[in-house]
Amino acid sequence: MSELETFRRETRAWLEANCPAQMRQPVASESDACWGGRHFKFQSEAQRRWLQIMGERGWTVPAWPKAYGGGGLSKEEAAVLNAEMRALGCRPPLVSFGIWMLGPALLAHGTEEQKLEHLPKIARGEIRWCQGYSEPNAGSDLASLATKAEVHDDHLIINGQKIWTSYADEADWIFCLVRTSTAKKHTGISFILFDMESPGVSTRPIVLISGKSPFCETFFDDVRVPRRNVVGELNAGWTIAKYLLTHEREMIGGIGERSNVKPLGEFAADAVGRDASGRLSEASLRAQIARFEIDEAAFRLLLQASGDRARRGEGNPAMSSALKFYGAELNKRRWELMISAAGADGLEWEGERSNEGTLARTWLRSKGNSIEGGTSEIQLNVVAKRILGLPGV
Amino acid sequence: MALVLNEEQGMLRDSVKAFLSERAPVAHLRKLRDSRDALGFDRQLWRQFADQGYSAILVPEAQGGLGLGAVEAGIIAEALGRTLTPWPFLSTAVLAARTLARAGSPAQQTELLPKIAAADVVIAYAVDEASKHRPAAIAAKAARDGSGWRLDGAKTFVLDGHVADRFIVAARTSDLGLTLLLVDPRAAGVQIERTLMVDAHNAARLRFDGVRIGADAVLGKADAAGAVLDEVLDLGRAVIAAQLLGLADAVFELTLAYLKERRQFDRAIGEFQALQHRAAELYIDIELTRALVLGALQAVDENPAKAALLVAQAKAHACTTADRAVQEGVQMHGGIGMTDEFDIGLYMKRARTLQELLGDAGFHADRVAAMNGY
Repeated sequence: MSELETFRRETRAWLEANCPAQMRQPVASESDACWGGRHFKFQSEAQRRWLQIMGERGWTVPAWPKAYGGGGLSKEEAAVLNAEMRALGCRPPLVSFGIWMLGPALLAHGTEEQKLEHLPKIARGEIRWCQGYSEPNAGSDLASLATKAEVHDDHLIINGQKIWTSYADEADWIFCLVRTSTAKKHTGISFILFDMESPGVSTRPIVLISGKSPFCETFFDDVRVPRRNVVGELNAGWTIAKYLLTHEREMIGGIGERSNVKPLGEFAADAVGRDASGRLSEASLRAQIARFEIDEAAFRLLLQASGDRARRGEGNPAMSSALKFYGAELNKRRWELMISAAGADGLEWEGERSNEGTLARTWLRSKGNSIEGGTSEIQLNVVAKRILGLPGV
Repeated sequence: MALVLNEEQGMLRDSVKAFLSERAPVAHLRKLRDSRDALGFDRQLWRQFADQGYSAILVPEAQGGLGLGAVEAGIIAEALGRTLTPWPFLSTAVLAARTLARAGSPAQQTELLPKIAAADVVIAYAVDEASKHRPAAIAAKAARDGSGWRLDGAKTFVLDGHVADRFIVAARTSDLGLTLLLVDPRAAGVQIERTLMVDAHNAARLRFDGVRIGADAVLGKADAAGAVLDEVLDLGRAVIAAQLLGLADAVFELTLAYLKERRQFDRAIGEFQALQHRAAELYIDIELTRALVLGALQAVDENPAKAALLVAQAKAHACTTADRAVQEGVQMHGGIGMTDEFDIGLYMKRARTLQELLGDAGFHADRVAAMNGY
């Protein structure tokens, strides 16, 4: 038996023996996820325990080096772990911006001291991170950001405002883009980390059209941050920001990929009924869903093909923009079809029958997919220029 | 299995692409069309193509073929889609070859498969009877007649029908049962009308009036051709999807080059965001089709249980993408895109034909819905 096969068997046995039964139930909503952090309230003892034992093995971040709290697994082993978890229906023990975004950035650009300080806490779910990128006047044109960091000998003083900071009101630390020089647009930006409990930091949740507040406005008023918290060189933060945006695009682009969800056609047939031959009784909806499922199948295979091409060294980094664009548009289409299939029932906003309007709220929330992480229009600009080589601004 | 071509497949793609762009580019089709060529294709060139082994892909090794699969047949079709080369590849080297390999008697295989590999025979596949592809509604009828059969009915959109040495005809032989018959075009009661098509590729209408057919002309078992036909049609659909992909690719290359070269308002028109975004969306559609088509071709070879769904998805997607590619192609070329002199119109015409062939996007979306249980 190959080493990988042995690893697969041992992994499966360990997961079967150790993953609590409750943590093998399908995730019903975003609140089922474990985000970790100083103030996180575990939904159950099983959730707490699952994070703890997976964290001890480094399997919350299986491919990170052991020295930084990871599992030290090879890419292939991490893929096996992932596949086995999916096969057994194990929930991810921890989800966080630390895992998806800051971690990769620190691994690539952080000092040894920064890695040792922050990565293990991300891996164990002790510190929850948020991302301070967008500003009221720096959205698509992110590099025009103006939050100012005055550089002193051993510290910086930060003043300004961020917006669309995901879960800033629940986060412990922030990774943030600040302007350390006004001489040049892109090369005057620094990437900096600081504690959200620092004096001068305040947050205000933003109520979205879904009625929920996953985002905040975040204000900095003379926030003092040690100089050693700058990641990479001073004024060289844009490189890291771009690197991270690629990760974010891949993540949002992958939204269409979900397990444990009832297929759309089945959901719609249950909602609107079938004719005598078993077909969905709304012919136009049936056709739209079929077209959606065809496009979704194509997207899933394109994600796979892009991965396969990248492993062969034939990938194009700008492909992540294409995937982000399409994944976001596809997810919006999914929820349009869901809300259409649900008809008037789907429009109930409160009460137990609608699970407090979950469908309507999720439908509305999905409209942000083509705005956050770079709008669809920006992604198409990137594809046009970086892949197609079209000229212009 | 990785969703990328392996090394041999990559070499096959490069070699067939080079062969076709050198010997049978779009100009070749144009010349056949303008000269109203009686055959509609160049037999010598087609034999040279076969000399490279390209016609032998799906012919088993025992009959002198290469014994390769749908992925390789798709690679050839993709290249043919790029150059619009009007050879009897789909009819003969794909549909007929796979039918014979699956259902043919040893005598039928020995007679015909080596000739397919060598491009010594054209075999036309007669399935459709109405303007839309509806294989479930086949009405051409073959009745028992002594030890053989008597065939009555009509077929339409029969590719290469007027140049065929043999037809494979799908006929109803009982209420539920279909039978595939090898029919000689010279038999009494066969009428053949060449139909000149918008894409300048070969097609014909056939009529059978009491055509007598020997018992040895049945392919496989009488009344039980449904499964073979389904399998062969799906192979054909996947291969046509690959051809549409090649076509979309070629149109997109032409269009992209034009966006960079054509200047208006003192700049390349490709600088305008209105065009950039449409080009980017089209590019993404083509990449989606590429992944789905390869997935479908691989499933035909390796995963028959999933093949029907993937093929339906791939054919539908390829139809939509190629359609978008040619619409945008003509529009972005502006006035020159409307001229016969420029190639883009030939692509638009061919895309329309390939969309109809063996089921358009609507037909296959309906199949997807049915297979997914709604």
